[in-house]
Amino acid sequence: MNASMSQFLRVAWIVVKKDLTVEVRSREILYTTLFFSVSCVLVFAIAFVRQGRPLSDAAAGILWVAVQFSGTLALGRTFERERHTETLRALMLAPADRPAIYLGKLLGIFALLSVAEVILLPAVTLLFRAPLLARPLPMILLLVSGTIGFCAVGTLFAAMLARARSRDVLLPVLLYPMTIPVMIGGVMGTVALTQPEPQEALAWFWINLLVFWDVVFITLSMWTFDPLMTE
Amino acid sequence: MRKLFFPAVVVTTVMFIVVPILIVRAPYESTMGLVQKIFYFHVPGGMLLLLSPFVCGIASIRFLMTQSRQADRVALAAAELTVLFGVLTLLTGPLWARKAWGVWWEWDPRLTTSLLTWMMFVAYVLLRKYGGPGSEKLAAGLGIFGMANVPFVYKSVDVWRTLHPKTSVVPSLPPVMASVFWSAFVAFCFLYGLLLVTRVRLERQRDELERLYLELEG
Repeated sequence: MNASMSQFLRVAWIVVKKDLTVEVRSREILYTTLFFSVSCVLVFAIAFVRQGRPLSDAAAGILWVAVQFSGTLALGRTFERERHTETLRALMLAPADRPAIYLGKLLGIFALLSVAEVILLPAVTLLFRAPLLARPLPMILLLVSGTIGFCAVGTLFAAMLARARSRDVLLPVLLYPMTIPVMIGGVMGTVALTQPEPQEALAWFWINLLVFWDVVFITLSMWTFDPLMTE
Repeated sequence: MRKLFFPAVVVTTVMFIVVPILIVRAPYESTMGLVQKIFYFHVPGGMLLLLSPFVCGIASIRFLMTQSRQADRVALAAAELTVLFGVLTLLTGPLWARKAWGVWWEWDPRLTTSLLTWMMFVAYVLLRKYGGPGSEKLAAGLGIFGMANVPFVYKSVDVWRTLHPKTSVVPSLPPVMASVFWSAFVAFCFLYGLLLVTRVRLERQRDELERLYLELEG
């Protein structure tokens, strides 16, 4: 690994560490996101579970909708905090590679959402009696690749919108249509795994597609982050 | 506007006189009859709906690299035209589908891709309208992602079973129908180009007006 590469990763790591330190001290986004995701699943459970029998295949959709909703909340809050304390400008002024800052932000939000998913996965499994953990490895890879894809686009858009008017409304408006392929991949892969006869090959197909999507969109975001964040 | 008058006359003539006559004269398709004729309208609209994001994306890349105002205007015009041709396609599609498949809507790859592409560019237009100052840069990012997303949306819904006629239908048309179809397509392309140029021009005039106001006040 050459010097510039290790410098790049070091900057990304510093940004992650900064975000996690702030989060560990206040726990604001973590607690609100966790509570929100659990209440989302509860509302769905009230709507879709009748006399202990959930709708068939509902669990996969609900898991991903909950991930998407809480992800939007976390993304909005993360950048709102940066904007409120004027640290977004400081971050942009830092003598560091912009793509490295993007990567750090992305990893921070990914870490946050992963914690939410650790709670969401058993909650959906219990409330919807879905065998989500019957095949743990493909399920976890689906969640990881899907969440990275969602965060890749989300981090870029939330950062861009941090300075825009009506950003709270615009973030979901821009993000949901754009991340539909991730949602289709995640939901379809999860449905394949929760069948009475799990279709593991199909789930792997979706994992591969999601990884490909992640690579393309992270590359594209890193490339556009610098010009887009310049005032 | 004078420069655009002649092209506008040509496009209007082609769209309102030549193509309709050709469409009326085209033979009836053996199984679907009259309903099939919507095809001359629906398919060119759909093709432009999926091509227009690329105009917007490429113009957005140019805008981000060179800061050229003109490229930004082209991107805005192309995004709005994506929405316009999307409306045409998404309205004519169900009319045909109701007759041919018996349903108004089906979650088929081509339909879903068209709907989502249309939605992404509606989001683009909303951002331009309500994003406030600096939104043209954000919109450029959205335009690039919108362009890159079109193949992904297509691929991810392609795994579902497909009902929609394949692209292989167009090359295999009987010659009479093919010539009518391609005339309709050329007419649509002209319309697209003309609308794009007019919209870009309008945006340039707005900028000019803004500049003059500032000059007057300053």
